[in-house]
Amino acid sequence: MPYEAWKDNEYIESLVKELQDSGTNVIVGTLDNLINWGRSNSIWPLTFATSCCGIEFVSLGAARYDMARFGWEVARASPRQADFMMVAGTIVHRMAPVMRRLYDQLAEPKYVIACGSCAISGGPFKKSYHVAMGIEDIVPVDVFVPGCPPRPEAMIYGIMQLSRKIKVEKFFGGVNRQEKQEEFLKNHPVPGVND
Amino acid sequence: MTPSIGNNITIMADIQGKISKLFPQAVFEEGQTLTVTIPDAQWHELAKTLKEDPELSFDFLVTIVGMDWQEKGMGCVYELTSTRHNTHIAVKVLATGDRNKPFVHSVFDLWAIATVFEREVYDFFGIIFINNPDMRRLFLSIDWKGYPLRKDYDADPKLNPVAPFENERQSDFTDTYVELPDGKIEKRQERVFAEDDFVVNIGPQHPATHGVLRFRTAVDGETIKKIDIYLGYIHRGVEKICESLTYPQTLHFMDRLDYFSGQIYHHGLCMAIEEAAGITISRRAQVIRVLMDELSRIASHCLFIGTYCMDLGATTMLFYTLRVREQILNIFERTCGARMTFNYGCIGGVMQDLDENFVKDVHDLLDVLPKNIAEYNKIFTGNVIAKNRMENVGVLSREDAISWAVSGPSGRASGWACDVRKTDPYSIYGELEFDEVVRHEGDSMARFKVRMDEMEQSARIIAQLIDNIPEGEYCVKVPKVLKLPVGSWFKVVEGCRGAFGVYIESDGTTSPYRLKLAPPCLPLAAVVDHITEGSKIADLITIGGSLDYIVPDIDR
Repeated sequence: MPYEAWKDNEYIESLVKELQDSGTNVIVGTLDNLINWGRSNSIWPLTFATSCCGIEFVSLGAARYDMARFGWEVARASPRQADFMMVAGTIVHRMAPVMRRLYDQLAEPKYVIACGSCAISGGPFKKSYHVAMGIEDIVPVDVFVPGCPPRPEAMIYGIMQLSRKIKVEKFFGGVNRQEKQEEFLKNHPVPGVND
Repeated sequence: MTPSIGNNITIMADIQGKISKLFPQAVFEEGQTLTVTIPDAQWHELAKTLKEDPELSFDFLVTIVGMDWQEKGMGCVYELTSTRHNTHIAVKVLATGDRNKPFVHSVFDLWAIATVFEREVYDFFGIIFINNPDMRRLFLSIDWKGYPLRKDYDADPKLNPVAPFENERQSDFTDTYVELPDGKIEKRQERVFAEDDFVVNIGPQHPATHGVLRFRTAVDGETIKKIDIYLGYIHRGVEKICESLTYPQTLHFMDRLDYFSGQIYHHGLCMAIEEAAGITISRRAQVIRVLMDELSRIASHCLFIGTYCMDLGATTMLFYTLRVREQILNIFERTCGARMTFNYGCIGGVMQDLDENFVKDVHDLLDVLPKNIAEYNKIFTGNVIAKNRMENVGVLSREDAISWAVSGPSGRASGWACDVRKTDPYSIYGELEFDEVVRHEGDSMARFKVRMDEMEQSARIIAQLIDNIPEGEYCVKVPKVLKLPVGSWFKVVEGCRGAFGVYIESDGTTSPYRLKLAPPCLPLAAVVDHITEGSKIADLITIGGSLDYIVPDIDR
């Protein structure tokens, strides 16, 4: 996809600007680019689906949409082998601790995509007594993919946005992601983690 | 095929005469089906008569609807069907005791599925079933405050907050309420598993449970001793939300229960509302609905075959079956505008008219379908590994299938002719020519083959209709503000996985007083414990996959 075709280049540019505020080292910056190139082209998802969105994710893996083109096809059943978690479906009270545990089990660097309106805000189940209104209070989210369920094309767009974010990451020196996560953990203390 | 109405009335009168002779306290209401109201004290005795009397033999418990009639007390509505005589009856049972502790006698000894249905009612309404061996909550955690479907439920999120950082408290004990000879009710506790059982946890995050389902499995070596099923990981409280929505607003949830049968579930709820409101829909809308139902049945069975073969290790099949599924989704998309959540059926007909290419697209599909089915059979059905893994694995007898209310293709694989399209033909199914696929082996292979053959039958139905879609309006005019008269209605349609029931109780306003959705997948999941007993743990995947439950449909 050509750079001009993206609709949110401003956001990525401001992110890059913020990251490079204090300048970039030639050697470390090149190494960063190399690592990011590798990472962004082989992000493996965790097979984590609770409802309808999960079926569209299955379609994404099949021949018509074929996510193998992008290097995402290795869906792992174990969080320890996956890079990102596609939260495809509604998260309810009973599922919330399970999802949080899965997130904690993902190996660093880890990313989360909130897929579908249920995962974003509760969606059509906004009035329910047993639905978490969006997963942002439970785990930090990198990309939101709206839709009910999002079309496979939208999911591809969402995961490509994630690779764009990975491409500008700084692995050495100021690591933007981990700061964010530490902040998150400070606001949401977990017993047993970082004690 | 359809029993004539006059005949139906005499049958109803016969049943009524028989019951009123034995139970003088019973009160009858006549409507679409006969409704009997009985106090709890006589309920178990009446249930025994209904089940065991050869002239009645109501052996299929379709669902138990918990009810909160506010000042009139709490109670349940039991929807029963006789598989032998093809008759229906509804029994209203009023609970004894006050609102804090209402009691109803359990009927788990007559219908095996009642154990789970009663747990569901207990979870939602707090009605305690005396003698039921397992009175735990089904969908909500043991610390949940209040019973959500009661009318006076306090929905304040502060009472029951989302707690992602604490693990849910669990108990190894079940509660049982036993009636002592002097009439007092005593609470007892029993262990779920024996003390020295080795318990393996499977799920909720497991690729082979087809969603967020959890089994606590007690194993002896590799042999399964007992499975304790944990539900509620996707319980979204659809029934409660519906009570605050108008009738047209409740429809869109039907796409999100069993997301493969969305069209069929829409059909079911629309039919129930239309019958209650006295709306007759056009012939064109009927034909469109049936076409959509059968197309989604093919799409659903395609995905079943793909994922089931993938569970058994044949990953390639998924790509073959999804090819046909994508073709059907294209047809849907052109008419409905969505790939999965169509929201196409509406009260009075369907949302939009058919796409101009619809007939051509469907013909293209019908041309390639037989070739594809032959190909699936060639790749997988005759395969030695597939045969070894599926034949004689997870055998379910006909009696058990009825007792556990396992309907749909899984029930038909056990020799139970339970296709609602044949037993109670709704819409235009009575005029169509198709065979009910029934097999008698009852094993996983039979469940697989029934679905394979059903695709051919669905194609046959589509072929009959596609060239003569009548002209006319696709949606009749319905009042903008739709109010249903006071009363209750129960409609059953044949979903992709079994009989899907809709129970509406109306108090005359624009929103339902109670909308109960009786999903086919809850019995399918409940029967896993019974089928897998004594099998190897590897067969759990085969059996669970062959039952083809959809977890959001179980949990709602």
